[in-house]
Amino acid sequence: MSYQPIRFYQTGTFTVGNRLLPTEERSVQANVRRTNSLNSGHRACQGCGEALGARYAIDAAMEATDRQLVAANATGCLEVFSTPYPETSWQIPWIHSLFGNAAAVATGIAAAMRVKGREHVRVVAQGGDGGTTDIGFGCLSGMFERNDDVLYICYDNEAYMNTGVQRSSATPPAARTNTTFPVGDSAGNRFGQGKNLPVIAMAHEIPYVATATVSELRDLEAKVRRAMEIRGARYIHILVPCPLGWGHGSAETIRMARLAHETGLFPVFEAEHGEVKSVSKIRRQLPVEEYLRPQQRFAHLFKPPGRPDIVARLQQLADRNIRRYGLLDGTEGTR
Amino acid sequence: MLKQIEGSAAVAEAVALCRPEVICAYPISPQTHIVEGLGRLVDGGQLKPCEFINVESEFAAMSVAIGASAAGARAYTATASQGLLFMAEAVFNAAGLGLPIVMTVANRAIGAPINIWNDHTDALSQRDCGWIQLFAEDNQEALDLHIQAFRLAEELSLPVMVCMDGFILTHAYERVDMPTQEQVDAYLPPYEPRQVLDPADPVSIGAMVGPEAFTEVRFLAHAKQQQALQLIPAWASEFKRIFGRASGGLTHGYRLDDAETVVVALGSVLGTIKDTVDEMREQGVKIGVLGITCFRPWPTAAVREALAGAKRVLVLEKSLAVGLGGIVSNHVSTSYHGASDDVYTVIAGLGGRAITRGSLHRIFAAAAEGSLEPVTFLDLDYSLVDRVLAREREHRRSGPIAEGILRDLGVVAAKIG
Repeated sequence: MSYQPIRFYQTGTFTVGNRLLPTEERSVQANVRRTNSLNSGHRACQGCGEALGARYAIDAAMEATDRQLVAANATGCLEVFSTPYPETSWQIPWIHSLFGNAAAVATGIAAAMRVKGREHVRVVAQGGDGGTTDIGFGCLSGMFERNDDVLYICYDNEAYMNTGVQRSSATPPAARTNTTFPVGDSAGNRFGQGKNLPVIAMAHEIPYVATATVSELRDLEAKVRRAMEIRGARYIHILVPCPLGWGHGSAETIRMARLAHETGLFPVFEAEHGEVKSVSKIRRQLPVEEYLRPQQRFAHLFKPPGRPDIVARLQQLADRNIRRYGLLDGTEGTR
Repeated sequence: MLKQIEGSAAVAEAVALCRPEVICAYPISPQTHIVEGLGRLVDGGQLKPCEFINVESEFAAMSVAIGASAAGARAYTATASQGLLFMAEAVFNAAGLGLPIVMTVANRAIGAPINIWNDHTDALSQRDCGWIQLFAEDNQEALDLHIQAFRLAEELSLPVMVCMDGFILTHAYERVDMPTQEQVDAYLPPYEPRQVLDPADPVSIGAMVGPEAFTEVRFLAHAKQQQALQLIPAWASEFKRIFGRASGGLTHGYRLDDAETVVVALGSVLGTIKDTVDEMREQGVKIGVLGITCFRPWPTAAVREALAGAKRVLVLEKSLAVGLGGIVSNHVSTSYHGASDDVYTVIAGLGGRAITRGSLHRIFAAAAEGSLEPVTFLDLDYSLVDRVLAREREHRRSGPIAEGILRDLGVVAAKIG
């Protein structure tokens, strides 16, 4: 495991006080040298998980590459809120081409750097879940298959938030979106087979796949650093709660991400060449209801008379993850 | 050096002489031989440094080219037909971002019905995408236009599409004069990008632009294409100075002096048209030819000047604006001083239908006599059309059109040409 969380339970929070740590263990964000790659002044919503995740991920990648980084961005919230003409929040070379081609554009940048003998310049591609799991999937899979020297980061907020909250293939079952609206007997998004992109990335047997959430930002930084130590195709999937689309308070973003992990609904792990190498353990599994209740997108499950049947099915999904990945302390996964 | 060589191989060699740094390849007939040839040159070490990337779709091909070009590399790809449509979103994007990518389009029909043979529907469907579009008349010109295309693209920071007729040119073995590396290097300086993704000087490329400036951005795209109208003839002249032969430019006139009827066309069919015109000239018919080399930007002034003495204009085009008639002919009409009634549209060669001298004689004679319909489909088999229409009148479930026509036609191979 690339990062061992240090918890200061005596403070009553799960946060790490950087002041209490030796300098070398402090986060990139705590360093005065941090690059502010995604600078302040952008137009993300209050409490935006994606802005937080991108800031940590790209600053960590900048640190890891000695600031020799280029980013390709898919269309989506991150692109729109960061570059309304004539302003840009990006302090790094950055290109936005289309919704579905960020991985391919990044391949082209990496090829250009290689042909020019500038392989020390590294490339990150980034997009939301729509740009990654749906419209950009073909280009992403091609980049994986060729093992191009690109780190692709998916900021997963589980729906098309930029266009006004429509379902994507990353939207969880039972979630309310504007295209899976719970009316009549319908209980939001239907239960499908899921499109588990971290696992699909692992099936490409690329050198590195990791998941992370914005509740463990030190873990995220460590995974980005680890990814930048490796050449070839790498994939990091970050769960980034969206106050607008999920319907939780702006101050609840990090708590939602933590609950997603601690219920088992979003397993946090690292894999190399298709094999899980480490998982972020859960000290005590929380019932999914604790995660679902604070979110308006699941409110229809709890409005009297309620849908305990649906909640039970979601609990089964969480339990399956717990079992598969061995998320509880002292257990082994099967994956 | 003179060589007897396949058109695709000639283009591959010419592109290699232009020292591309990133080449993206995705197979689609009839462009495959070009990227195959380039792949072998890269793998064999004759073309280096160069990254040859086998991508998973045409959309990815253009997207990889976009990334490579934005990072300062000279980028090239080739496609045709459905491939061009599949990459269309990225085609517009490359132009909008001002990236000087060069792409060969081995012109081929668009389905359905699926058809691998030549016409110009693919390239002309992208006529408003912001790329410069050049059409080669023969393999020598196809080769030469690629060298000019890189120069033009990089000077203007605009992508350039070199269109050559699928199979008719790409698969034809012809004699070509292959330039030397020294000649190409003298003509084409190293690529100096106007914008580049460089950690030493970070820029944001592809920011969102709203109503406050979008019109200005689009105007600049238009203005650059207008600028190309000046540069293309100038660089064709310089090309002639260095390479010793005329190639490229905006238009090619042929026997236009005193011509009362002028035939306008694009691409390889110009050869057959010129042969036909030669024969008609011998019979005393005052007829000439105007070949359009540069379709985008549309050379309004050059076309107007070339057609100044014409009493009638016959536009023979391998494309169809369904529901309107001609695409090229509508362009020509805007550049013709005479009445638009005197511009005739002849749709020919769709999906590889052979355009024979016999048919051209017939249609040119009809135009000269004034007996031509405004829009004519050359060698259209009305009996086939009538049978389909009859079926549709008789049965609600008349079945798939293409299948029905093929059944009516019987053995197909014997009837091509």
